[in-house]
Amino acid sequence: MTIRFTKDHEWIKLDGGVATVGITDYAQNALGDVVFVEVPDAGKVLEQGKDAAVVESVKAASEIYAPVDGTVLEGNAALGDDPSLVNTAPEGDGWFFKMSIKDMAQFEALMDEAAYKSFTEGL
Amino acid sequence: MGDTGLLRTPLYDLHVERGAKMVPFAGYDMPVQYPLGVLKEHLHTRARAGLFDVSHMGQVRLRGSSIDAVIQALEALVPGDIAALAPGRIRYTMFTNDEGGILDDLMVTRFEDHLYVVINAGCKTEDLAHLKAGLPADVTIDYLGDDAGLLALQGPEAASVMARLLPEAATMGFMSARAATIDGIPVQISRSGYTGEDGYEISVGAADASTLARLLLAQDGVEAIGLGARDSLRLEAGLCLYGHDIDTTTNPVEAALTWTISKRRKTDGGFPGAAVVQAQLASGPTRRRVGILPEGKAPAREHTEIQDLSGNRIGEITSGGFGPTAGGPVAMGYVDAGSAAVGTPVQLIVRGKALPAKVAAMPFAPHRYFKG
Repeated sequence: MTIRFTKDHEWIKLDGGVATVGITDYAQNALGDVVFVEVPDAGKVLEQGKDAAVVESVKAASEIYAPVDGTVLEGNAALGDDPSLVNTAPEGDGWFFKMSIKDMAQFEALMDEAAYKSFTEGL
Repeated sequence: MGDTGLLRTPLYDLHVERGAKMVPFAGYDMPVQYPLGVLKEHLHTRARAGLFDVSHMGQVRLRGSSIDAVIQALEALVPGDIAALAPGRIRYTMFTNDEGGILDDLMVTRFEDHLYVVINAGCKTEDLAHLKAGLPADVTIDYLGDDAGLLALQGPEAASVMARLLPEAATMGFMSARAATIDGIPVQISRSGYTGEDGYEISVGAADASTLARLLLAQDGVEAIGLGARDSLRLEAGLCLYGHDIDTTTNPVEAALTWTISKRRKTDGGFPGAAVVQAQLASGPTRRRVGILPEGKAPAREHTEIQDLSGNRIGEITSGGFGPTAGGPVAMGYVDAGSAAVGTPVQLIVRGKALPAKVAAMPFAPHRYFKG
């Protein structure tokens, strides 16, 4: 299992050919209380850096971008009933969607855990 | 002023000390939330009591040769019935322009010898210029500026908290004000607010503001609440936010604020844009501010298009978000008069999708003002 991070604070975890995408603890902390999440439907074709999902706090809506090109396999239905999972378990049960990766080179080019850590420390 | 070029209220250090997330608002560095977070701050205010720093708002005292002269002078700028106010009573009204558009909304308190006015932070400069231009030269405009702080204590426990410090506060009527002393600190206290809850707004000298805020925060049941929850609380209460729900392009009739205009002022006019307001009162406005309740879970934000079920544009959301007490999305906006009846089905265009919603009665959380 390998994990990578984007500058927009999404994480993408690869496990046996299926990638799971969510937002980092840093991101959920900046957003505040999440009250609504819109996840993509299975089959949706995603393009790296383009809108993939929406997360809303009490105050504002934010776009979640696709970390890499690929196709949605499943949206996290649990977030419909309990969007606060994004706050309580951002890198666990609060995942947004699972996807297949079109080009592994895009995944490999993202930041690893150490690089992301130093990236957020510089913010 | 700090390094950011933003103004600071007398409570700035207290906000930072409590770990507030500070954001620029109307030229001030203000707490949008504390570590508790917007959601819990909102719910805490509805359950117990919240303390808000609203020192960024403008406080002005108007004096003249007589109180009647000052009242008459201010009535030339607002549609509110200021003359009907007994000493110590407060009224919500607005500055209108010659087209009946709203320049700002304000609270006016009538004291024995002067009027005390609270205006929006973002409108202070324009309002003060407007007062200067519109009031006779013998009315003095005393802008309290950075000499004064303004705190709001709101929530069902506000009265019991305040009674511990100032027993007479418990019996003050809603929309009344008086001078008082809290723990040796001279204040002016009003039973009013912007959350739909019972509560108080307390004007205090800048030098004493932090001491008073700390005293209030030390009381059981009181939490510091930021601007984020202030906005969601007022939205659920159906209260307008200037620059969003009302502005120079909306008039008091369209904005569903005719309740703020007495029969005398409706009949006699005598305020800027009175002819427009009177005409709209007679024929009905072409559009109206209404509550909008999305049927799903997705919030509809400001500027979301409102359509009828045939897909015709009938208006726009002016404030919208998640209502923690309502437990779902709530909004308000303007729709064509023909679609303004409560229960009218509409659709909201959110990220390209038409979401079902209904025109709804406001408030979304019942007002719980003190009724004596």
